Amino acid sequence: MRIVCPFCGERELGEFTYLGDAKPQRPAADAGEDAVYDYVYLRDNVAGVMSEHWYHGGGCRAWLKVTRSTLTHEISAVEPTAGAGAAKVGA
Amino acid sequence: MRGNQANRLGTGGLIDRSAALNFRFDGKTFSGFKGDTLASALVANGVKLVGRSFKYHRPRGILTAGSEEPNALVELRSGARREANTKATTAELYEGLEAASQNRWPSLNFDVMSVNQLFAPIFVAGFYYKTFMWPAKFWEAIYEPAIRRAAGLGRAAGLSDPDHYDKAWAHCDVVIAGSGPAGLAAALAAGRSGARVILCEEDFVLGGRLLADGGTIDGLPAAEWVARAVAELTAMPDVRIMTRTTLFGVYDGGTYGAIERVNDHLPVPPEHQVRQRLWRIVARRCVVAAGSIERPIVFAGNDTPGVMMASAMRSYINRYAATPARRIALFTNNEDGWRTAETAIAAGLQVAAVIDARPDVSPAHRSLASKSGFPVLHGSVAGVDGGKGGVRKLSVSLTGGARAEVEADGLAVSGGWNPAVGLTSYHRGRPKWRDDIAAFVPDGAPPGMVAAGAANGAFGLGACLRQGFEAGAAAARDAGRGGNAGSMPVADDEAFSIAPLWHVAGKGKAFVDQQHDVTASDVELAQREGFQSVEHLKRYTTLGMATDQGKTSNVAGLAIMAAVSGKSIPETGTTIYRPPYVPVAIGAFAGHHRDENFHATRLTPSHHWAAEQGAVFVDTGLWKRAQWYPLAGEKDWLESVTREVKAVRSGVGFCDVSTLGKIDVHGADAGVFLDRVYINAFSSLPVGKARYGLMLREDGIVYDDGTTSRLAQDHYFLTTTTAKAGLVMQHLEFCRQVLFSELDVQLTSVSDQWAQFSIAGPKTRDLLKEIVDPAEDLSNEGFPFMGAREVKLRGGLKARLFRISFSGEMAFEISVPARYGEAMARNLMIAGKPFGVTPYGTEALGVMRVEKGHVAGPELNGTTTAGDLGLGKMMSTKKDFIGRVMAGREALVAPNRQVVVGIKPTDKARRLRSGAHIIPKGGSPGPDTDQGYVTSVCFSPVLDQWIGLGLVERGRERIGEIVRAHDPLRGEDYDVELCNSVFYDPDGGRQRG
Repeated sequence: MRIVCPFCGERELGEFTYLGDAKPQRPAADAGEDAVYDYVYLRDNVAGVMSEHWYHGGGCRAWLKVTRSTLTHEISAVEPTAGAGAAKVGA
Repeated sequence: MRGNQANRLGTGGLIDRSAALNFRFDGKTFSGFKGDTLASALVANGVKLVGRSFKYHRPRGILTAGSEEPNALVELRSGARREANTKATTAELYEGLEAASQNRWPSLNFDVMSVNQLFAPIFVAGFYYKTFMWPAKFWEAIYEPAIRRAAGLGRAAGLSDPDHYDKAWAHCDVVIAGSGPAGLAAALAAGRSGARVILCEEDFVLGGRLLADGGTIDGLPAAEWVARAVAELTAMPDVRIMTRTTLFGVYDGGTYGAIERVNDHLPVPPEHQVRQRLWRIVARRCVVAAGSIERPIVFAGNDTPGVMMASAMRSYINRYAATPARRIALFTNNEDGWRTAETAIAAGLQVAAVIDARPDVSPAHRSLASKSGFPVLHGSVAGVDGGKGGVRKLSVSLTGGARAEVEADGLAVSGGWNPAVGLTSYHRGRPKWRDDIAAFVPDGAPPGMVAAGAANGAFGLGACLRQGFEAGAAAARDAGRGGNAGSMPVADDEAFSIAPLWHVAGKGKAFVDQQHDVTASDVELAQREGFQSVEHLKRYTTLGMATDQGKTSNVAGLAIMAAVSGKSIPETGTTIYRPPYVPVAIGAFAGHHRDENFHATRLTPSHHWAAEQGAVFVDTGLWKRAQWYPLAGEKDWLESVTREVKAVRSGVGFCDVSTLGKIDVHGADAGVFLDRVYINAFSSLPVGKARYGLMLREDGIVYDDGTTSRLAQDHYFLTTTTAKAGLVMQHLEFCRQVLFSELDVQLTSVSDQWAQFSIAGPKTRDLLKEIVDPAEDLSNEGFPFMGAREVKLRGGLKARLFRISFSGEMAFEISVPARYGEAMARNLMIAGKPFGVTPYGTEALGVMRVEKGHVAGPELNGTTTAGDLGLGKMMSTKKDFIGRVMAGREALVAPNRQVVVGIKPTDKARRLRSGAHIIPKGGSPGPDTDQGYVTSVCFSPVLDQWIGLGLVERGRERIGEIVRAHDPLRGEDYDVELCNSVFYDPDGGRQRG
C-alpha cells in the first residue's frame, strides 16, 4: 500500500503506522464516564470506506487523516490533521 | 562415463555449440551447451528418468519445459548450497553443475519405496486423516516419524546459506510480465510512447513461445523480429529489461513483487554479488503478458517417462535442438498440438501416429499425415505400456469403441492451453470460463493491471501482438506518457479449435497432479465423500498444493470434479489464487536482515569505550547496553555487579543512560500540554527544576514514566523509558496534532542528539567539580535536589545537568552533545581516578532501583494503574489529563488490586526468583489462591540478601505478613515476607544530601 503524504509525497506503507478510526472525538473534560468509555472502547468495524488516523513516523511525523476502503485498500483522500505541519507562529 | 549428447540434433537451436559444459546428474558426468537448461541437457543425453514421485515413488521424467514443471525436480548443488526441489526445466546449465534426483533410495533405478505402489489403496485422498487416526498416541511416536522419513521431496541443505540476498525498489510507469510476442509488443508501444518501462522475463532469453514456435512477424522470421525488438528496447534509456526475473505478486497501490535470480546460473555468485534479489516494483500500470500453460490430459500411465507436453517437446526440439524421442506419438484435442507433429517431421523424427480427440482434422493436417506416412487416429490414449525406461507402446481407444496400439518412444500430449491467470487473480479476482477455448481467462484485475495475449486467452500470434501493443500504448497513456507508439507489429493468426477432453477412462493410475500424486480416482473419491467444493477438494486430496501450485493440474482437477458432480466447470469454479507465482526463497525475503543484521543495532555514545573496558553487553530493544564491567579475577556476573553497586553506594560511579527517549518540548503552551499528557502538573514546575512524571493511556492504565525538566519558560526537556521512546513520541505527536491542536507547542526528538550519563554516589560532587567549570555552583543550595539547568564544562562545552537520582544516592545526570559522549566517559574515568570512579552497567542500575523500590518495565506492564504503583497521589484533581476518567473506573480503584510491594525471603540465604506466584500461607496453589507474583528481583549488597518487588493483592496493607512464593516452573516453594518497597534509605536523605 502507498500513501500520498501531503508533506512528503507518495511513500510506501512501511513508513506509516496505523491507529484506527479518525471519527471519534475526545470528549470534553466534563463529559462524564460513559462518553469517555464510548470514545475509548466503542469503535465501528467498517466494511467499506472509513476515515483513519495514520502516523508518518518514517517521514515527517505528521498525523494524517486517510480515507480508505477496508475492502479494497483503495485510498481516496489523505489530509493532514488539524495540528500537523508547520508551527503555529505567534499563537 | 561421459554422455555423448546422442539426442542432440546436428544443427539449429539457441545453444552455443562452441561452449560445451560438463555437468553431473546422480554422479554421472554429461555434457551440454551454453543455452541449455538442465532438463534440455538431460534430454540431449537421452536421460528420461529424472525422479521418483511423492507418494508412490513412481518413475518420472520431464513433463514440461518451464516453471510449471511438476516432475523434474532435483537437488541442485551440494553442501550448504544444496537447493532441493529445483526445477530442471528452469535451471540454467553451467560448467560443473551438480544435480541429484530426489525421493529415491538407494538409487533412482532401484528405489525401495516404490513398494508403496503395492499399498496404493491406502494412499488415497485423505489418507493421513483416515489411516493414522488410531490410536492417538501412535501419532507422535510412530506415524509421524515414519511418514516424515518416507514422504517429502528433496532434502534441505541443513546448513546456513553462505550466499547473500538483496532487496531493492524500482519505480516505473509500466511494468510488463513476460517477453513473448505480447510482452515485447507492449514494451515497444510503451517505450516508444516515452514511458519508463520495466520488462520482466523469467527465462534467461527473451522471446517466450517465439523461441520454440517461431512464426513470421512483420515479414521477418520470429527470431529476427525478436532481435530487432530487443535492440530497439535496449536503446531506449527508460526501458529496463530484466531477465531471470519472475513477477510473482501484486500488492496494494501498484506495488509488484519480483524475484531476480541474479547468479543462480553460476556455480557460486561472484565475490560481493548476491545470489538473488527481491524487487518491489512500483508501477502506474502493469501489462500481464505471462502467456499460457499447456495442460495435460489425464489418462492411465500419463506419468510414464517419455510422456511430455506437446509444446515442451517443441521447445526441446526447436530451442535446444534436443530430441526427447525418436518415434513420437501425439495425443491432442486441439489444433495447436499438431505443431508438434510438424516440428518432429521438420527435425527428421518419426511420427508414429496422431491421436486426435476431435471429430475433424483439417485438410492440411490430413495431407501432412498422408505425405509423412503416419496414421491419424480419432480417439484417445487409454493406457501407456512402459516403465522407468520410458514409453514403449500406447493403447488407444478409437471413437466408436475399437482399440488400437501405437508403438512409440515418446508421447506428446496437448489438452489445450490455460492462460496464466495468477497475477490477474491475486486480489481475489475470479477468472471466467470461455467455452470457445475451453479455458479460464482473467475477469477483472487489480487496479492498473491488464492482461494481454495468451494470458488473456488470445492464442493467435497476430492477436498476441495486437493485444500487447494496444495494452502497452494504453498503459503508457494512462501513466501520462502520450508519445507516438509507432506502428504495430503484424502477424497472421493461427486457427484454434478445441474439443474439451480432461480424462480418459481406463485401467491404471491416471494422474491429475503429478507432483502430489493425486489421481483422477482420488478426485472422484473426494466427490463421493462430500468434498465437492474446489477448496475442499484441494485440501482433502492436496491437489495443487505442491511447489508447482498445480499449474498443470488445477483446471483438470476441477473439470473432473465438475464431471462427477454433474455441474459445469464455471459452476464448479476455481480456488482462490494467491501469490507467489513461483516459489521464492525465504532468504530473498529476508535479504540482508539475517544474523547480526536481523535488525538495526543502536550503539550508545560510549559503546566503543565500554567495549575497550571489556563490558558485557545486553540487547535492550535495538540497543546494545553495557550490562556490567567484569574485572580480572571476578568469578561471575554477580560478583561484578555487587562490586559496582558497592562502589556507587560508597564512592562514585557512572552509567551511560543515553538510551532513554529524549524530547524537547517548546512553545508558549508547553506546560499546559504536559499537564494534559501527564497525570501530574508541569505548568507549575519552576524553570530550573525537574519533576518525575507519569503518563496514562486513555483507558487509565500506566503508559510510561520519566523525568521532565523545565529549562526555560517555554522549553521543557522530557525523558521517556528506553523501551517506549518511539511510541511516546508518536503518542505525544498524536496529542499535539489531533487532540490538542489548538495549543502552541512543538516536539523535537533529541534522543540521538544527547549523550547522557548518570553519575551517582556520595563522591559525585567531587568528581563533577573536575568536569564542570569551577564557576558553576554545585552545592546543595546552588544546585538542589531536582535542579536542572545548562552548565558550562571545563573547556567551554555547554552541557545540561540534572540533579536526579534513580540509584537513591546523591546523583546527577549530565547531557552533552552525542559526539562528546565517548570523550565524556573517558574524562570521567580520568577525573574520577582519585575518587575510585567505577563504571556500572544496567544490572547494577537495576539492583539500585529495586533497592530503592523504583518501578520499571516489569511493573509498568500494561495492566497497572498509578495507584497500583503507589503513585496514585500524583494524579492531579485540578486538571484534565489523558486517562483521568477511565482511571477512576470501579475495577481500577478496587481495594483488592494487586499493588507494588517489597518482597524478601524469610530465609536470608535463599534466592528469590521473579515470576514466582504469591499465595497465602497455608493455601494450596491455584487460580483461586493466587494473589500476585514477583516482578523484579536482585541480590542487594546493602541487605546482603535477595530482595524483590511484586504485584500482590492488597500488598501495601499487608506489610510484615509472611506468604509463600510458589514457583512451579522451577519447582520451588518458600516463605517470603511482604515489606516496604523502599529497601534502602526510605526517607531519601542520601539523594538530597
